[in-house]
Amino acid sequence: MNPLDPSQIQLNEDGRLKHFLTTEGLSKEILTEILDTADSFIGTQSRSVKTVPLLRGKTVVNLFFENSTRTRSTFELAAKRLSANILNLDIARSATSKGETLMDTLWNLESMYSDMFIVRHADSGAAHFIAQHVTPNVAVINAGDGRHAHPTQAMLDMLTIRREKGGFENLTVAIVGDILHSRVARSQIYALNTLGAEEVRVIGPNTLLPSEIESLGAKAYNNMEQGLKGVDVIIMLRLQKERMQNALLPSESEFYRLYGLSTDKLALAKPDAIVMHPGPINRGVEIESAVADGPQSVILKQVSNGIPMRMAVMAMAMGGQQSGQAPDNEQRKEEV
Amino acid sequence: MTLPQPSTLIDNMVADINQQFPVLDDSIVMVGIHTGGAWIANQLFSKLNLSTELGLLDISFYRDDFSQNGLHPKVKSSELPDIEGKTIILVDDVIMSGRTIRAAMNELFDYGRPKKIVLASLIDVGHRELPIQADIVGQTIDCPTDQRIKLTGPEPLTLTTVTLNK
Repeated sequence: MNPLDPSQIQLNEDGRLKHFLTTEGLSKEILTEILDTADSFIGTQSRSVKTVPLLRGKTVVNLFFENSTRTRSTFELAAKRLSANILNLDIARSATSKGETLMDTLWNLESMYSDMFIVRHADSGAAHFIAQHVTPNVAVINAGDGRHAHPTQAMLDMLTIRREKGGFENLTVAIVGDILHSRVARSQIYALNTLGAEEVRVIGPNTLLPSEIESLGAKAYNNMEQGLKGVDVIIMLRLQKERMQNALLPSESEFYRLYGLSTDKLALAKPDAIVMHPGPINRGVEIESAVADGPQSVILKQVSNGIPMRMAVMAMAMGGQQSGQAPDNEQRKEEV
Repeated sequence: MTLPQPSTLIDNMVADINQQFPVLDDSIVMVGIHTGGAWIANQLFSKLNLSTELGLLDISFYRDDFSQNGLHPKVKSSELPDIEGKTIILVDDVIMSGRTIRAAMNELFDYGRPKKIVLASLIDVGHRELPIQADIVGQTIDCPTDQRIKLTGPEPLTLTTVTLNK
């Protein structure tokens, strides 16, 4: 086992999840278990009492070195619905800006007996670094690191696809737009290929397609009309203007003309194709309002699925920190 | 140890339920605990001709051994009809420590406030660790501490003994 390989550090000695840093290298069984568990949590979300007692007494720290509203609040809500105590730390505006190193921040938080860190950081590999150095029995969940990975977003998208399409076999999925800056796209490509999607396409201008993209198992298209032909799922990405330092784009209107999802372009996909977007959406830049709000859009379902997905990953990782052995259903039933 | 046929025990339970509940109207909801309890509940449900929907409970999110064993890898969804103000017949296959039933009751109360809960178990093997007793029992079996009685199914339902590894 290579401790530097993020897919290895994520599993305990029994092969169960103990950190969730990336979808890369995780087996189809683990990804399916995450989806199944999230599915079960969906049922608890429509009850009058939405909390379950799984993480009662645990302390979860939202460690956000980079701004985020949606992801942070869904993690917060997920932790609360698991009965955990949650501490929100807006590190971007506090300790780090005063010069504290990442390790010092970490040691301070560990001294408060935290059980789980939810980490968002602008640098690729930050969550992995923390997972390597954290005290045993503390779980780390990656809530987005640089351009590297955003595994909970990718998995809530997989949950949405599976619930809408029933599975992944025979599905052609197109991911459109700013692939270069997108940690979501990378996590999605790994997950889709592992879960058995027939074809994964990425569509965008060459300046926004990473050169190694085809080696990840995605077919690259510069022409959106060609790329959308016959697809079952269209995932639009946000143009990450804040990360664009060079002249990667001629203009937003030019981008919209070539790569914006309009009603006309949507008609090239299968008639029952679904339209997804991780949000926040830029109407008129990546997507036409009529499409974003239209009958094929599942954008708000993605938001709803974010909470049960994060509950699933947090519960599994916390459980994987504690479990001595992989329990099998019947044996555990007998122990009770 | 000779073990009884589950079908005979289910018939005993049906008779018992009919005696305790002469009128099985829509105030009564049957809930089976995954997996074995759900199989038994299914059979009781069709034999009793209940008018309400059958409920299924997966107690994985409510277990008291999460901190030792983690989350169950195959959690199923709980599916319950409205239980507010209802009388619940909670069904499991084998009752032993009583911890499963405690977890099940905790979960039920997150769905609503039932008027009453009665417990029906195919087998009672004793060895209780909590003050919980079944109201309707198919059969009480004296089971040595190093053995467990296990229900396999759903077709056919069979009881077997398993000796624990020491």
